[in-house]
Amino acid sequence: MTTATIGGKTVEVDGEGFLQKPEQWDEELGVEIAKELGIELTDRHWQVVKYMRQQVLDTGSAPSIRSLGKQSGVPIKELYQLFPKGPAKMAAKIAGIPKPHGCI
Amino acid sequence: MTTTMPDGTTEAQQADETITKVSIVVSKGSLDGIYPGLIMANGARMEGIDANLFFTFFGMDAIHQKRHDHIKVATVGNPGLHMMTWLGGVPGMSAMVTHFMEKSMEELDIPPIPEFIEMISDSGAGIYACKASVDMFKLSKDDFVKEVDEIITVGDFYQMAGGGQIIFT
Repeated sequence: MTTATIGGKTVEVDGEGFLQKPEQWDEELGVEIAKELGIELTDRHWQVVKYMRQQVLDTGSAPSIRSLGKQSGVPIKELYQLFPKGPAKMAAKIAGIPKPHGCI
Repeated sequence: MTTTMPDGTTEAQQADETITKVSIVVSKGSLDGIYPGLIMANGARMEGIDANLFFTFFGMDAIHQKRHDHIKVATVGNPGLHMMTWLGGVPGMSAMVTHFMEKSMEELDIPPIPEFIEMISDSGAGIYACKASVDMFKLSKDDFVKEVDEIITVGDFYQMAGGGQIIFT
């Protein structure tokens, strides 16, 4: 386990920079992580990020891209416009949750 | 000690190289022939990797309007099912095995083929049909689902695949 300093906060991350302890996250940190990824967060981004985070906190696992498209309120086409380098992965990183492991 | 690969790079260097684009050929029309290509294309887009899907021969059933919702598991001549050869040929067996497989895939949130093609297209991947196969089966663009971008030649495909990896399934 390594630590990283993002926006002045020290957090535990994995090798790819995903937060390992969701409780170390807050919205300001999300904004900082998004900036590092080259994303300026809009309301639509937040809708996805918050949905992902809530799902992981509630169920313990990240939603598939299919259910993300159906249940986050943001359709798949838009998900890829918002997060071009992979919606589930990038939203998880911004949401301060571990990297999703599903294949779908 | 570092292991040097035949092209002079080290193993560690090769692992650091990232794939930025894949072009996947789907040539088989059975359920187990189609899904792996779709899963790999979708998985590529999920990682931010550019993806193209090229359907040829019976693989075109996956994008054929009248057939894409009726893709079956082959129960005859499929040793992977571990059933007696004669049993695989019993009427209804293919439908039954397909039904069970679809059920377990739904539990894993793997979509049915029509929805999967739509999902992959929405993710920004290109969907193409092979011109030689289209001509051979006397089909036209109207026979395909709306997600199909174009009917292209093998030459077009190679051009499109330039700079990336090609996966044949």
